[in-house]
Amino acid sequence: MTAAAIGADAPRRVVGGSIRRSRRWALITSYFFLILFAIFFLVPPYYQLATATKTSEQISNQDTNPWLPAMSAGQEGLNPGGANAGKANLAKIKKDSWLPAAVQGFMANISQLMNDTDFPIYFRNTAIVTVCVVIITMVIAVPAAFSLGRMKFWGSGVLATGVFLTYLVPDSLLFIPLFKVVGGLGLLDSYWGLVLVYPTLTVPFCTWIMIGYFQSIPKELDEAALIDGANHIQMLFRIFIPVALPGLIAATIFAFTVSWAAFVYPMAFIYSSDQLVLTAGTITSLVKADVYQWGMIMTAALLAAAPPLVIYAFLMDYYIAGLTAGATKG
Amino acid sequence: MANVALRKVVKKYDRTEAVRGIDLDIADKEFIVLVGPSGCGKSTTLRMIAGLEEVTDGEILIGGDLVNDVPPKDRDIAMVFQNYALYPHMTVYENMSFGLRLKKFPKAEIKSRVDHAAGILGITELLERRPRQLSGGQRQRVAMGRAIVRNPRVFLFDEPLSNLDAKLRVQMRTEIKKVHQTVKTTTVYVTHDQIEAMTLADRVVVMNAGTIEQLGTPHDLYHTPRTKFVAGFIGSPAMNFVNCKLVEAAGGGLSTRLGNGLTFKVPPDRTQRYKSHVGRELLFGLRPEHITEPRGDLRPDCQEFDVTLDVVEPMGMETMVYFMVEDTEVCGRVNPASAGAPGQPMRLVAELGNMHLIDPQTEAVI
Amino acid sequence: MVDTTPRGLAAAAATMNRAPTRRSGGASLRVLARRRSTTAFLFALPLLAVVGGLIVYPGFYAIYLSMLNKAQTKFIWFGNYTFLFTRDSFWMVVQQSVLFAVTAVFFKALIGVITAHLVNNLPAKGQRKWRGMLLVPWVIPLSLSTLGWWWMFDPTYSAFNWAFAQIGGPHIHWLSEPAWARFCTILVNVWYGSPFFLIMYLAALKSVPGELYEAASIDGASAWQKLIHVTLPMMRNIISITVLFSLIVTFANYDVVRVLTAGGPRDTTHVFATWAFLLGIQSGDIPLGASVSLFMLPILAISAVFILRGVRRRGREI
Repeated sequence: MTAAAIGADAPRRVVGGSIRRSRRWALITSYFFLILFAIFFLVPPYYQLATATKTSEQISNQDTNPWLPAMSAGQEGLNPGGANAGKANLAKIKKDSWLPAAVQGFMANISQLMNDTDFPIYFRNTAIVTVCVVIITMVIAVPAAFSLGRMKFWGSGVLATGVFLTYLVPDSLLFIPLFKVVGGLGLLDSYWGLVLVYPTLTVPFCTWIMIGYFQSIPKELDEAALIDGANHIQMLFRIFIPVALPGLIAATIFAFTVSWAAFVYPMAFIYSSDQLVLTAGTITSLVKADVYQWGMIMTAALLAAAPPLVIYAFLMDYYIAGLTAGATKG
Repeated sequence: MANVALRKVVKKYDRTEAVRGIDLDIADKEFIVLVGPSGCGKSTTLRMIAGLEEVTDGEILIGGDLVNDVPPKDRDIAMVFQNYALYPHMTVYENMSFGLRLKKFPKAEIKSRVDHAAGILGITELLERRPRQLSGGQRQRVAMGRAIVRNPRVFLFDEPLSNLDAKLRVQMRTEIKKVHQTVKTTTVYVTHDQIEAMTLADRVVVMNAGTIEQLGTPHDLYHTPRTKFVAGFIGSPAMNFVNCKLVEAAGGGLSTRLGNGLTFKVPPDRTQRYKSHVGRELLFGLRPEHITEPRGDLRPDCQEFDVTLDVVEPMGMETMVYFMVEDTEVCGRVNPASAGAPGQPMRLVAELGNMHLIDPQTEAVI
Repeated sequence: MVDTTPRGLAAAAATMNRAPTRRSGGASLRVLARRRSTTAFLFALPLLAVVGGLIVYPGFYAIYLSMLNKAQTKFIWFGNYTFLFTRDSFWMVVQQSVLFAVTAVFFKALIGVITAHLVNNLPAKGQRKWRGMLLVPWVIPLSLSTLGWWWMFDPTYSAFNWAFAQIGGPHIHWLSEPAWARFCTILVNVWYGSPFFLIMYLAALKSVPGELYEAASIDGASAWQKLIHVTLPMMRNIISITVLFSLIVTFANYDVVRVLTAGGPRDTTHVFATWAFLLGIQSGDIPLGASVSLFMLPILAISAVFILRGVRRRGREI
């Protein structure tokens, strides 16, 4: 067959619907439903934010749309329960009237929260507890994971499985006996009691994910280190920890978010305002008066949730790696 | 610099015996290659020399010192791993100097050693890079550099080239040989690739099922294999094995009857050697390179025969021809110009001076 | 080096068989191995202390506590349990806990699978942004986000009721009618837990090799058939791990019910965790509270066994 003959024989087009068009429709449908789900997932935090911009007077006005943030600055005198310090600040903020009303309202609520409530104490306590727990967790979990995952001694396999099982024991089962244990140690109603018990929430899972990270390191690496003359402590600190750094970050984030969000233990063990942490404090102390100051409560909830959200925003990939690591071993 | 000796070395894992009593003497500055199929115990042997595996029984001596109970770092050895085992978070310089730093060598000494090794290997420009920024061949060089800076008594290589592509493997093979000629350190090298073994080694140790099948120079192994295993393992394509019967020939001497009416005369100088086996069913072995097309005058140890070709594989510089003898496929290596097409008859020449006869029961070469 | 026969070697060995000098310096391999075990054990010791002292011991201590009388002065064997069996509120809690956990986990899994597929359909560079946005409910501390929901369900100012009023819809007593209150607790839990499923499934979806879909396409499979015959079988294991894991977490959940309804109206929304808390801490009957919380144990144990099996299997697959 000559070239001309081939050219004359035009290729037959097989008709079976346009691939490109059906792909486009699939994409549009996906976006449509994703937007619906995103609304569902983001409505509560959004509504908290909208409320946090308002005074109680604005909130109780049923003529305005509760879904929208504050459109005009709140009336100073009508904010019930606001102590003098808060009012003074409020007046100061009001002078900066170039700010949008919503921002002014939010700042007014923050100012009231900081000056008239124990919220700053809760924040400080939470920060202390969380930092201590994160450090304790990593100090315990990393060497243990190295030992269980890499050094392998008699019973280490069983122990690794046991660690995973203890991770599945929930706090809502342990809080009653731990109430007695913490009480016996004289640590009830003290945030140091929380520092003692929070590792039950963090250590097993962090150990588990570190075992996974350590086991994924090829065994020739420790043999090379062995021939280079490293002992096990040098091996852990100079080879394994640097190499498994992403895992270490993921575990740290996990420990941080879990201790920040813990709720059952502080509810059970703490009742004095100066020892409370953010979660329990916001729910028990702020939500107490006869007239709920919703604007301030929502501000508190948002501020309390801010540190985990900020960490998530900056270290999302590590956060997700830590989350999914639990489902695989090694 | 040191010699290495293994005395009846045994390694047992639970119940399975990975190494079954190996005796081996490696001279100072010698390049020894352990070769064999996977699971033959070659890696285990190497790891016992390194001290990464404990010896179940027997003795390992390095430079005359019994090192059975000496931990790896005190054996004064260096090892290059299959996956290089470079520390991913360290630069090339840090990787190469890690062992020296742990031993608290002075900084200047470390620097001069690393620079020297980097010079030998041509990786001076790479010293500040991290392993993931390197190509496979460069990583391989760094792994060797890490071994060289230690200035050890023995180099151990565990299949160092198997992660490289074919072209690079040939290049690095030459490189390793060059490095050995430069530093002249006693070297034990493990591979499953017999070509690597033949090209690199002063002496090759062929291992199978935890024992040494044969120890010898590459030339010895190729020309005088002592067992069927070695005969089949060394050389590519592998040696042909055909069932045969050893009979007295009409005009005196011996011949082998192969089936398909094919009978090969045994070269007269072998008569004495084979005489006691007359009348037995044996295995006839001949390498493909010793089955060729007729070239001018027929040498006295050669014999022409006719076959019908089954498969023809052109390789470029030569062509593989396959034909059947009874139920066995036999391969020959011929000049591309003289190869016929499949299904056609062809006249071939067997160089019987290179034939082997194997006892099928003991699998020993007679 | 000339003589290469084994016998020759043995002879060479014999001639060389001077007494080998034992190389000194450094511990022997056996001592090293023992030291290694000791180091390993020391490294794991703090973990053992935490797990033993704060999880295993309290677990058994809870069993002991549940067999004491209220004043914790007398051992009454299974008295607390038999007492619970006679109480209607106990059976209501059992019913509510199961309903709460099963329904919530079902919808979490459903929404998780759907959203994971939707995100997976998007072009690769947009996926990160959407995934980041959809995971937000999981990141906010649950008690605090539930507070936001509580405010949205407020009897007077409910933002939902305001929206319904605009279109002439009904005014719903979200948290004061048992049926609605139950619905709300489940809704909040689904809202919180779905993103976790989304992340797990998305990770699993990414681990299905693309060649499988290409092979299925060439075999003429439709999108639906690919889902049924390729995706779901490949993800079966991770789905079951996630479901069982979520079942444990949801079954033991305290935060949602405590913040949203505190068990009301008339104890209709209590689950094991909140009821145990009410009895054990607030009413001061620690033994009774312990017995209630221990009823979670069987379902936890069964789930745990299956999770472990799944994790092991998945470990082998990867």
